Amino acid sequence: MAGVSTKEIKNRIRSMESTKQITKAMEMVAASKLRRAQAQVLNSRPYFEILKNTIDQIVATNRDFSSPYLVTRPVKKALYLVIAGDRGLAGGYNSNILKLVESEMEGKDAVVLPIGKKAVDHFRARRTPMLSENYAEAADISIGDCFSISKQLSRAFLSGEFDEIHVAYTNFVSVLSQTPACMKLLPLTAEQPHPTGASDILYEPDSTEVFEAIVPEYLGGIVYGALCESRAAEQAARRTAMDAATSNAEDMIADLSLKFNQARQAAITQEITEIVAGS
Amino acid sequence: MTSFPLKIVTPDGLIFDGQAEEVVVRSTSGDLGILAGHINCVAPLGMGRATVMTGGKRRYAACIGGMISVVNGNVTLVPTTFEWAESIDTARAEASQHRAEAVLQRKDASDTELKLAQARLHRALVRKSVASSKI
Repeated sequence: MAGVSTKEIKNRIRSMESTKQITKAMEMVAASKLRRAQAQVLNSRPYFEILKNTIDQIVATNRDFSSPYLVTRPVKKALYLVIAGDRGLAGGYNSNILKLVESEMEGKDAVVLPIGKKAVDHFRARRTPMLSENYAEAADISIGDCFSISKQLSRAFLSGEFDEIHVAYTNFVSVLSQTPACMKLLPLTAEQPHPTGASDILYEPDSTEVFEAIVPEYLGGIVYGALCESRAAEQAARRTAMDAATSNAEDMIADLSLKFNQARQAAITQEITEIVAGS
Repeated sequence: MTSFPLKIVTPDGLIFDGQAEEVVVRSTSGDLGILAGHINCVAPLGMGRATVMTGGKRRYAACIGGMISVVNGNVTLVPTTFEWAESIDTARAEASQHRAEAVLQRKDASDTELKLAQARLHRALVRKSVASSKI
């Protein structure tokens, strides 16, 4: 018989079967987590979008630059809030977001605030300075934590510790597509001056106080939205990756079973030939 | 009465999206009423009762934190929490009030604990008073 023994093939099939069971189970777990995360994204998305649009509009129409949140300073130090996953085996999810952050940070004096175990591990290995390692479990972060992160960030920005604050997260486009993105949070700058122009805004009580009060709220909302998007994207990426792994395992098992049957057939034929030749 | 487009969103989802005739919210510097044709305006919100008039009907809600903005006639209310009077869980608010009061009466509570308890007490009282206000 040719090359591999039937026993060896049998062992490989068995190990492949157990791998398949694991990937199948992981896929199902990810699918059920995805359903929950997806519902959360759909709930938080209007908030995320309306909040961002409103702030963009305000900033675009604004003529009053007395609030420090609106002033662009020369960038000496930047902060990146990086949202990645807690676990691997999610296809390119973690590596895509971390690659994007690395390319964004290149040549800048940057500090990171990682969220998720994979992000913490990545930056620890590279010795990138980290603001805090308290948020190693992306799955456990509540909306309250988002608001305490945002307070910490706005205080650091006001004190001049950082001149720019960015957030890197993964957009949950659909179950099959997730795109990493990086967004500038502070200072608040208009992407393009508002076309309608001369409309002034009444700030109640005054612009400095208004921005003082709404910026931490805004950041908290954005961080929460980014976190929801990232969590859903992680589960979707894992589901897709595990689905692919399961079907690969099935292909290999089919392939090996064919080889096994061929080998078995060859052995039988050989035995018969021996018996016939011997008689 | 002239109406204007109003959107109310919280992190839990879109709560209201439609036409309204009048909105009154508690901003950090006092009650702020908005009618159609209001000038562009932004104000941070405090904790208090919000009144929304839609289709000639007045609805009350407990509205806490966040901000309100009027840009080119569009009113957007982005609070941290927003509950219509009829959906407030009074028992929960009551329990929260008692917990906060217990902390406030302790002698050894730290500054942050006191602050959190005060905020919680305030929220609970707002919820209770909104839930009991007549529609």
